[in-house]
Amino acid sequence: MAGSQWELPPELCCRPLAFVALTGLDVVYNAVHRAIWDAFCVNRRVDRVPISFKVLPGDHEYPKCRTKRTSYEWYIPKGILKTGWMNKHLNLVPALVVLFYELDWDDPQWKEKQSECATKVEIVRTSLQGRNTKVAVVLIQKKTPLPPGEDLVASERAAALCNSCDLSGKSLFVLPHTDHLVGYIIRLENAFYEHAQTYYYTEIRRVKSHKEFLNKTTHQLLFVRHQFKIAFFSELKQDTQNALKYYRTAYSLVHELRAHETNMLEIKTLAGFINYKICRLCFQHNTPLDAIAQFRKHIDLCKKKIGSAELGFEHAAWMSKQFQSFGELFDEAIKLGLTAIQTQNPGFYYQQAACYSQERKQLALQLCQGGATYPSSDPLDTQSIDPPDAEKEKLGILALQIKERDVPHSEVIIALLSNAVAQFKKYKCPRMKSHLMVLMGEEYYHAKDYTKALKLLDYVMCDYRTERWWALLTAILTTALRCAYLMASVKDYIIYCMELLGRASTLKEEQKSRIDKNLIRVLKNEVPDPEPDCDPSSVSAAALLWNDRVALAGSSEFNIEVQDYIPFIQCKARFLCPSFHVDQPIQLQVFLQADCPHSVSVNKLAVSLSNQEYNQWCVMASSGQDSMILLPGKTQCFNFSFVAKTEDVGKKIEVSVMLGCDTGRCVFLSWRGAGGDAASTHEALQASRCSRRWGRSAELCKELEWDSLSMQHSTMIISRVPRISVQLSHHPPALSNEIYCINLTVQSEEEGVAKDMMLTAGLKPGQDANLGHSTHVTLEGSKVCEDTDPALLPDIPLGDLTAGGKLETCVYLRCVSTGPRVFLFHVAYSIDTTVEGRHVVCKCHKDEIVTIETVDPFEVSAKFMSIKFEPVERLAVDVPFLLMTDIVSSSPWPLLLASSSLHLLNVTSSPPHPESQLQGVVLQTGESASECVSLLCPPLTSTSSSMATGQKTSSADAPLVQTTVTLPHVILESVPLYIHADVPSFGRVRESLPVCYHIQNRTTLVQEVEMAVEPSDAFMFSGLKQPQGRPLDAASIAAA
Amino acid sequence: MAVCIAVIAKENYPLYIRNVPTQNELKFHYTVHTSLDVVEEKISAVGKSLADQRELYLGLLYPTEDYKVYGYVTNSKVKFVIVVDSSNTSLRDNEIRSMFRKLHNSFTDVMCNPFHNPGDQIQSKAFDGIVSGMMMQTG
Repeated sequence: MAGSQWELPPELCCRPLAFVALTGLDVVYNAVHRAIWDAFCVNRRVDRVPISFKVLPGDHEYPKCRTKRTSYEWYIPKGILKTGWMNKHLNLVPALVVLFYELDWDDPQWKEKQSECATKVEIVRTSLQGRNTKVAVVLIQKKTPLPPGEDLVASERAAALCNSCDLSGKSLFVLPHTDHLVGYIIRLENAFYEHAQTYYYTEIRRVKSHKEFLNKTTHQLLFVRHQFKIAFFSELKQDTQNALKYYRTAYSLVHELRAHETNMLEIKTLAGFINYKICRLCFQHNTPLDAIAQFRKHIDLCKKKIGSAELGFEHAAWMSKQFQSFGELFDEAIKLGLTAIQTQNPGFYYQQAACYSQERKQLALQLCQGGATYPSSDPLDTQSIDPPDAEKEKLGILALQIKERDVPHSEVIIALLSNAVAQFKKYKCPRMKSHLMVLMGEEYYHAKDYTKALKLLDYVMCDYRTERWWALLTAILTTALRCAYLMASVKDYIIYCMELLGRASTLKEEQKSRIDKNLIRVLKNEVPDPEPDCDPSSVSAAALLWNDRVALAGSSEFNIEVQDYIPFIQCKARFLCPSFHVDQPIQLQVFLQADCPHSVSVNKLAVSLSNQEYNQWCVMASSGQDSMILLPGKTQCFNFSFVAKTEDVGKKIEVSVMLGCDTGRCVFLSWRGAGGDAASTHEALQASRCSRRWGRSAELCKELEWDSLSMQHSTMIISRVPRISVQLSHHPPALSNEIYCINLTVQSEEEGVAKDMMLTAGLKPGQDANLGHSTHVTLEGSKVCEDTDPALLPDIPLGDLTAGGKLETCVYLRCVSTGPRVFLFHVAYSIDTTVEGRHVVCKCHKDEIVTIETVDPFEVSAKFMSIKFEPVERLAVDVPFLLMTDIVSSSPWPLLLASSSLHLLNVTSSPPHPESQLQGVVLQTGESASECVSLLCPPLTSTSSSMATGQKTSSADAPLVQTTVTLPHVILESVPLYIHADVPSFGRVRESLPVCYHIQNRTTLVQEVEMAVEPSDAFMFSGLKQPQGRPLDAASIAAA
Repeated sequence: MAVCIAVIAKENYPLYIRNVPTQNELKFHYTVHTSLDVVEEKISAVGKSLADQRELYLGLLYPTEDYKVYGYVTNSKVKFVIVVDSSNTSLRDNEIRSMFRKLHNSFTDVMCNPFHNPGDQIQSKAFDGIVSGMMMQTG
């Protein structure tokens, strides 16, 4: 076992393949042979038979076979298994030797060739004397063979060749060197495989046959050896089920061996080998639980078999290796498709391996202390079966101990840990991963690789910090501090000191006080005391480094972002209000508290705000000797106030705090945001829970309670409160389509002149888009609003307003549709003020919002009537009718109807332009006015309906507004016959009453008319009773 | 019986942790802390189905060479962890269960104390007593 003594030998770890040796191939100079060899071994896919091929020269010397023992009676085995046995059967002793020979059936020199071939076979046979290894011959031929049985010469010569070479017919093959080389090769190797199988089968039988000679007392070791050999041959035979069975018996036999201190390691080594094989086969058979169970059993059996106490590290190393190789097997199985789970993955085995390696290191440290030199004659170089010589044994142990001293333990441990970390990362175990990284960091620390140690520790520290496991965090920090000290890394040293002094640290008072002193020393640019439990040689090296640092960097400055740590000074900043008016001084409080055991002096406190210009107002620096002292556990409050700039109106100011504490060396602690650190959120939450319950007592408590201080990291600068009053006087509701006047009064209550007053008036933005189109605003009351007027008038200059002055203005609105609307009146101005002696121009504004309902002022309805005032639904062409329009006022105040007019499209009225009948009429609420016009549809219109429009003009007191109302539609008909009676307005009794009936034909054709007059009892008749006639077209007949 | 008993807050920071061989405190802290990985995984797996009928006892979290770690989660996600020596084979699952139940009852009593601020470290003599009772038996 050379190299790393504990590595498993490669012949154990590989998959055993049947070994077939190929001879007679000249793969260097002969292209044909090269091609054959490549076909055997290049690109072997998994579906090819499991054979490992080797090209050997024809006269290769195979390992000599010992003469077979006929009796075991006097045989005492030296050990369980010979070191080279597995390798011998994997790589040295072939199952089959194949002789390649170029010979065609019709070779002219057949005889000579045949005997040469026979000689070659004989050479191989001699070399394999005593072995069961098979020999086969392959004839490389140029010609494609004929189908079997047809070539008589071939079969005859084949028989002759077999005979001369003493081969069975099954061992002679022909390889035609033609196109289908790979196909032939595959057939060949299948045949080889069968031969190899037979060989291994006979080997198994041979080993099994030894059993009857053994006895339990002297041949205990051989029982194990034979089972192992059978199992291994089974594996070579690819019979893994039986292999597993034999390995299992071998394993139980190993543990039956008589164990004593000298052979303990041998037993464990072989047990480890067999266990490895069993686990490997179990994984291969896809029974991972069996593998795990076997491994557990193995560990439980071997855990206590420590062996020689002086070589305790050997046991630990062996245990470590067991876990490691099982982890590797497991991992390999996973790569081949096995699924592992969180609680059962290779990581645990790697971790345990690391654990045993650490134990090994500890033991090695304890046991290998002596400064003895290695014995001159290597006592490990001998092997004998004699009972061990006590003196020699001692020397051997010493040699082993000395060797162990040179083992790079940390390297081994770190490699195992990093394997485990990778596994745990895969199986969602973040905390396990962190823990192992801590172990790795510590191991790097022991290996004196402080940079790597710090890197790892730093990486996991924040996990423990956020999970609030203070005890673990403190332990990690302590190691980190040692690293920082030994590296003389000033900044890291300061950071770790600060956190170890902070409230999250679980260190004892005296340790804190020691660290505090060291920190002060470093700040004064002096060399700190070494950390306890450091390696003395490293400490002296570190002291030199520190001296260099001190000499070099007197004025170095450090800026430490402490937000993510839990430093020994806590800081909280708050603006007194979440918002400030621009004319108020902004008040900011910074609270500081030291958690360390001693008071801390601070030289400078600076606040940096999002607008850098304010920073100058928020600095507190100690002048000369008297620095600010933070007493431990006491909260100190610093107040700042400054005036915001007008440009920052509407913006936020954020705070971050910087704190300097320096003498000799300058350290700035800076808190982003408004202070607080990794732990403060939780503390604030706890405090709020507490104060909710103990609210009363908290009020009673005068002292500032740190935890309940809340941070206010930003404030809003808002504009100054306007000191003007804006009043609107108006009388809702507004009438649709009418001008609505709103009287705006601005009264200044300012002490100075309000300059640049601006008014924005109109519809408040953000309402229904249609409202924008149906609302119009103007300032001119003299004329009617037009449709082009906008809905919102922005920035109307109103000029300056003196202190106490008053300003009035009217705004006219016209809403075309009804419904509620929100109007905005926005008065803005600027004013000069002085805040804390500073001149500030403030912009102020006041908004007034009013909702106005719009209603219709009146309703217009129109009716069509006959001239007899009877309502009609249809009108006849050329027959006069009446149009009656009613106007009902729904306005809350009187309406003056200034005038009305009728716009007619194709209807004539009589008179042509009738005078308005409503001129100057005033309508009170609910009153109505009617108008009646006589109209006639001309005969030319052939359409059945006609449209008429009318117009009304009405007014309140503002300018006259014209409202147009569309008149209803009516159906127009043409009548063929028009009868019109001329009846006197009155008649006298017993006097004749002449009634004249006009009958008018309105068609273009002559019509025959028959008329009858029905007598009435009240009248007497004269004239035609049944006149008949044919009125001319469009002429009228008068009948009396 | 137990070598270490811990109570972990909902946010996974320790509320209470005690171990019997007091010299190796850190190791137990790490053991308890790493076991939270498994607890978290189990909680999230259970959360998907039948959250209300959840079994509080999580069983054996993971075995190490030296210890067996058992877990229990209350409905308010407070975790109890009991670490038992691997060599202690006499302890049955049922006994562990009853230990957890006892621990839970005592914990409830602590929470009922009006002077206790939930989320703070547990400082209760009664609770200490119960924990000691579970750890004492091996001496």
